[in-house]
Amino acid sequence: MSREQPVTPHGNGRSAAFWMPLFLAWLLALLATAGALFLGEVMGKTPCVLCWYQRIAMFPLVPVLGVGLFASDARSVRYAMPLAGLGWGIAAYHLLVFWGVVTEGLVPCGKGLSCADADVQVAGVVPIPLLSLAAFTGILVALWMARGRART
Amino acid sequence: MSRKWIVLGTVAAVVLAFVAGVVVFTNRSNQEVKQAAQTHSDALVRPHSPVFGNPAAKVTIVEFFDPSCETCRAFYPIVKQMVNASFGQVRLVVRYAPLHHGSDTAVKILEAARQQGKYWEALERALAAQPQWAAHDRPQPQMIWDLIGDIGLDIAKARADADGPAVAQVLRQDIADMQALKVDRTPGFFVNGTPLREFGEAQLKALVEQELRKAGTP
Repeated sequence: MSREQPVTPHGNGRSAAFWMPLFLAWLLALLATAGALFLGEVMGKTPCVLCWYQRIAMFPLVPVLGVGLFASDARSVRYAMPLAGLGWGIAAYHLLVFWGVVTEGLVPCGKGLSCADADVQVAGVVPIPLLSLAAFTGILVALWMARGRART
Repeated sequence: MSRKWIVLGTVAAVVLAFVAGVVVFTNRSNQEVKQAAQTHSDALVRPHSPVFGNPAAKVTIVEFFDPSCETCRAFYPIVKQMVNASFGQVRLVVRYAPLHHGSDTAVKILEAARQQGKYWEALERALAAQPQWAAHDRPQPQMIWDLIGDIGLDIAKARADADGPAVAQVLRQDIADMQALKVDRTPGFFVNGTPLREFGEAQLKALVEQELRKAGTP
C-alpha cells in the first residue's frame, strides 16, 4: 500500500492512456444523470429517499470527471472513487429493499414514496435501482481501469 | 484539443437526446390523456357531483379537486370568478381526486355538509384554513369539523353522513373516474371534455374562451 505510486499529475496528457476509461466512466455518469432527470422531471416518477441518495452520489460525478477529462487530469479518479463507491452501496441496498430481502421497516421512507414501490421500474420490467447499480458498477470498473493505466 | 471537443460533443448529444425524449414523451402522454377523455367521456360528469353555476351552461369545466392541494386552493377563486363572470355560460363540476393523505376524510366532511346544502360554505372554510390542517406529512382533516361548526350544520347528522354509504359511493366513483381519465395531478381540468394539458391560469382561460366561441356565444 505504502509503495503506491502517486497518480500522474495533471498536464497536457501526452501519454494519457487513462483518458479513454475516464471518458467511459464520465459517459456512464452523464447518461445515468440524464436518465434520472428524465424519469423524475419528465415522466413524473417522484424519487424516493434512497433514490435521492443515489442521485447525490451520481450527479457530481459528471462535473468532477468532466473537469478531469478537460484537463486530462488523472487525479479526478481519486475524487470520483468515493462518490461512485457510496452510490454503489446505496444502490445495492435499494435493490435488496426492492426485492424484499431487506424489509421496508428499516428504510427511512416514512414520508413520500416507498422505496420498495413497484413503480420504481422502467417499462414495467427493469427496476430502477438495478439500472443504478449497473451504472455505478460500470463507473467503478472504468475508474479502476483508469487508475491502473495512469500509474504505468 | 480534440478531446475537449469529444467531451463537449457528447454533452451536446446527450442534451439533444434528452430534449427529443421530452418532446416524444409529452406528445405521447398528451395523446393518451386525450384518448382517455374521449373513450371515457361518460366518466367526466356524474349526476352526484357538486355543480357551481348555471346547470344548463354551454361550457362545463370539470375540475378534479383535492381539498389538501395548495394549487387547487389557489385556483378556487380563479375558477369561481370565471364562472361568475360568464353570465351563466360556464359551470364548474367538482370531482374528487384525493391524492394526499387525509384528503379522503376531508372530502367526506365536505360531502356531509353538502347533504345539508352547505357545501360551498364548508369548502371555502376548509380551503381558507388549508395550511393549518393539510400539512402533507401530518394532515389533520378532522380539524375541518371545528372550522365549519358555525355555518348552521346539524353536526351530529353530518358526522354520521360523512361515514355513510352515499358519501363512500361518491368517493369510490370519483376515484375510479380519476383513474380512467388518467388524472394524476390536481387540479385536473377538462373543459367540455378537452383535457387542459399545459397547466396554467392563462391556458385554462384560453381553453374556456375557445369552447365559448365554439358554442357560439359572444
